[in-house]
Amino acid sequence: MATTDVVPRESTGGPGHKRIVNDMSIQVATVNGSGSQSSNTVLLRSIFQMGVPVSGKNMFPSNIAGLPTWYTIRANKNGYIGRKKEIDFLVAMNPETAVEDTMSLAPGAAVLYDEPLALHKLRDDLIFYSVPYDKLVAAVCPEAKLRKLVKNMVYVGVVASLLTVEMAEVEKAIRKQFATKMKAANLNLAAAQAGFDYAKANLQKRGAFYIERMNATAGKIIIDGNSAAALGCMFAGCTVVTWYPITPSSSLVETMIEYMKEYRIGPDGKATFAIVQAEDELAAIGMVIGAGWAGARSMTATAGPGISLMSEFAGLAYYVEVPGVIWDIQRVGPSTGLPTRTSQGDILSTAFLSHGDTKNIMLFPCSVTECFSMAPEAFNLAEQFQTLVFVMSDLDLGMNNWMSDPFEYPTTPINRGKVLSKEDLDRLGGFARYKDVDGDGIGYRTLPGTIHPAAAYFSRGSGHNEKAQYSERADDFENNMERLNRKFETARSFVPRPEITKGNNAKIGIIGYGTSHWGITESRDQLRDEYHLETDYLRLRAYPFTREVHEFVEQHDRIYLVEQNRDAQMLTLLKLDLKPELTTRLRSIAHITGLPLDARSITDELTSMEGK
Amino acid sequence: MGTTTVEPGAATPGPKTNRIGLTVMDYKGGKTTLCAGCGHNAISERIIESMYEMGVQPELLIKPSGIGCSSKTPAYFMSRSHSFNAVHGRMPSVATGAMLANRKLVCIGVSGDGDTASIGIGQFVHLMRRNLPIIYIIEDNGVYGLTKGQFSATADLGSKLKSGVLNDLPPIDTCALAIQLGATLVGRSFSGDKRQLGAMLKAAIAHKGTVMLDVVSPCVTFNDHEGSTKSYKYVKEHEETLQDVSFVPHFEDIDVEYDPGTTTEVTMHDGSRLRLRKLEEDYDPTDKIRAITRLTEAHDKGEVLTGVFYVNPEAPNFIDMLNVVDQPLATLPDSMTRPGKEVLDAVMEELR
Repeated sequence: MATTDVVPRESTGGPGHKRIVNDMSIQVATVNGSGSQSSNTVLLRSIFQMGVPVSGKNMFPSNIAGLPTWYTIRANKNGYIGRKKEIDFLVAMNPETAVEDTMSLAPGAAVLYDEPLALHKLRDDLIFYSVPYDKLVAAVCPEAKLRKLVKNMVYVGVVASLLTVEMAEVEKAIRKQFATKMKAANLNLAAAQAGFDYAKANLQKRGAFYIERMNATAGKIIIDGNSAAALGCMFAGCTVVTWYPITPSSSLVETMIEYMKEYRIGPDGKATFAIVQAEDELAAIGMVIGAGWAGARSMTATAGPGISLMSEFAGLAYYVEVPGVIWDIQRVGPSTGLPTRTSQGDILSTAFLSHGDTKNIMLFPCSVTECFSMAPEAFNLAEQFQTLVFVMSDLDLGMNNWMSDPFEYPTTPINRGKVLSKEDLDRLGGFARYKDVDGDGIGYRTLPGTIHPAAAYFSRGSGHNEKAQYSERADDFENNMERLNRKFETARSFVPRPEITKGNNAKIGIIGYGTSHWGITESRDQLRDEYHLETDYLRLRAYPFTREVHEFVEQHDRIYLVEQNRDAQMLTLLKLDLKPELTTRLRSIAHITGLPLDARSITDELTSMEGK
Repeated sequence: MGTTTVEPGAATPGPKTNRIGLTVMDYKGGKTTLCAGCGHNAISERIIESMYEMGVQPELLIKPSGIGCSSKTPAYFMSRSHSFNAVHGRMPSVATGAMLANRKLVCIGVSGDGDTASIGIGQFVHLMRRNLPIIYIIEDNGVYGLTKGQFSATADLGSKLKSGVLNDLPPIDTCALAIQLGATLVGRSFSGDKRQLGAMLKAAIAHKGTVMLDVVSPCVTFNDHEGSTKSYKYVKEHEETLQDVSFVPHFEDIDVEYDPGTTTEVTMHDGSRLRLRKLEEDYDPTDKIRAITRLTEAHDKGEVLTGVFYVNPEAPNFIDMLNVVDQPLATLPDSMTRPGKEVLDAVMEELR
């Protein structure tokens, strides 16, 4: 049995030469549809259970089965859970990509491969481990047709052995993964054990990377952003969900269906919600608007192409003033783009989605915690401001597994906004739908079904006056649009405030949002440790921009706005808001490759622009 | 007609009221801005009458519409009901959302032939297949009025525009489509036929499912000339009526004898009865295939076929299929829409 394919060289780190503990990235290259998702999750969980901060990122094809897919697990003792550019340990399961994957590694990395691939012949500056998977899996899995699915679990055992992950934790993770399927759990456990035992007996550990037990994950949960958002929406009191399947948003609603079926059934056994799969995104948002108009807390989830289709309706909601929540799980555009890759590319189009002077409120969650907590906020804002609220998540956040503290139960009450009841109408005698009674630009509305002769009003996307009557008068149009603007200005004081982290006497400011946050926080440490460059950091959480954003720009000589698109969309949006003399302080670090933004790319670009 | 007179409480006799004590004035809308003689205005009048006579609570009615002359009409009837003049061709989704939010509402969606059969055909077909409780009316004149007289997709083959242009594409028969897709009360009427349209509207109000009424409604400005197949003259000369339609509401105990040999009686969901006295032998309004065959024949013969083509009061409607609570979702108390802390704790525990 060939276990030492390459003669270990000093530079690649022999045993005891160098020890890197709890800081590595493992990439597993497989074929989609081969059951690799379960194996990857088990490996991720095993490391998590060892108390080591961990994150998992799936890079998958837009395909059902048979195309290459890569899963990257990053374990990091400092809690950096953004993407790391370099791969330290490659698990090469896919013959199609094995050569290229191996060739792209930095010297010193380790490769675990299926014996017949003979990857060790490719390079002499890597550490190679080979495993006869088919032989091992045949021994534990008598049913030939299941072998393909179980084969991947073998590598989990091998990796556990090589990286010193405890087998007991692997077993626990497998039991959790196959909680309801005892037979599958046993079969997978046998496969993992076979890998573990094989490695123990036949492979000599030569890499520098070790997982050692620590205590940084106690009490934490692992969840993806879409599931977190689904939970948040359930606790937000959402009652109507409409959707059209589109990657990467589908799992948000699919998970929500599961949760709602379990936890939102009334005492009579009937649902306190309606979830409808619409015929397209136009219908999905039309239903959201109809439901919001009639008083439901309604939402849909979509991605860029859906957002484009929703454009006309978005303007209707803005102008008729109907609440609704739209989750945009951003993926790479233009057009179909890269449907299974991440981006922050819908910022500008969503801010002004629709024709005419339409402006929309947007929220920017950066974490699974915020996917959860921003859901009730979004519904409250939508009903308070009688407008659509777009929650701008992305594929990296929505579909990948993230470690997090458990979510806190929402303490902010459900706020249904300015809705007049029958009793209110008895008292008032009547109302003017679009009259700015309170000076905040927000009118009072009634819901259909309010039994009062003065309850009804006429909602229309055409020109209207305060009383919701049809009007083409110039003054009516202008007054109404000015009021809508006043309402948007009011929103500045109500949307989530940015999160500001100060450096030590920093002259430079970084502004970021959404998942760029993870690369930015790690990059700030790199800038400090490697370049002695102090930075302050403002993380945007909403549009319209609040006062703090303007102040932050005023307080810094240079502002680097980091985002995941080509055209510096957020920077462009911010420029429109800032005093002209401040706009020259803005510099763009805009990256889009479809992969989550990594710290090193930010550090390199920022230091180069700083002349370092 | 189906109204009951309430004894006036005062010494002077009050106006006539319906079964919920409202006068017909309580069902009126704003002044129409459509052309004098427009068929749509007659339809609005029939809606007012039938809603009044059926005693529909105006505040429980919603009137979504799309864009076009037809879609303006909700402003001209029932001002005590909420209206939503939405975007072109997308009324069905707005109506669906509203009905999801509040299942107690009665919905009359007003559309036109352009709004339905061209830009709105996608949402139309999906509305039909859901059997949502809605009365969907197409005020069908075969042309785009607001953009000054272009053909719509219901214009008949060979029909002529004012400018002399001939339509060289076949029409979409919205009734045949609705029947095939799953609507459960489908008929065609004529804006000028007070009696038939009134009876069909009342049956529509009694029905708990998707009602699709295509009402031929001539455009006096752009499509009432010689050569048009949607003119008053053409419709009067070519109308073939399937049945004599009458309606007995559930709250009336009048029982007029009828001959089961010549009349089909359909008991509606609320106990009302729709009576169809056959003018054509062997027409069975519960037979989908026969309905579509007869509609196809009518096209071939150049007939304007009217009547109730298909009815099925038993099919489950969309709201029932979703198994939602009886109260409107829109106004459920927070205690029913925000699960308790123990639920979150349990979910978090599973994710550890």
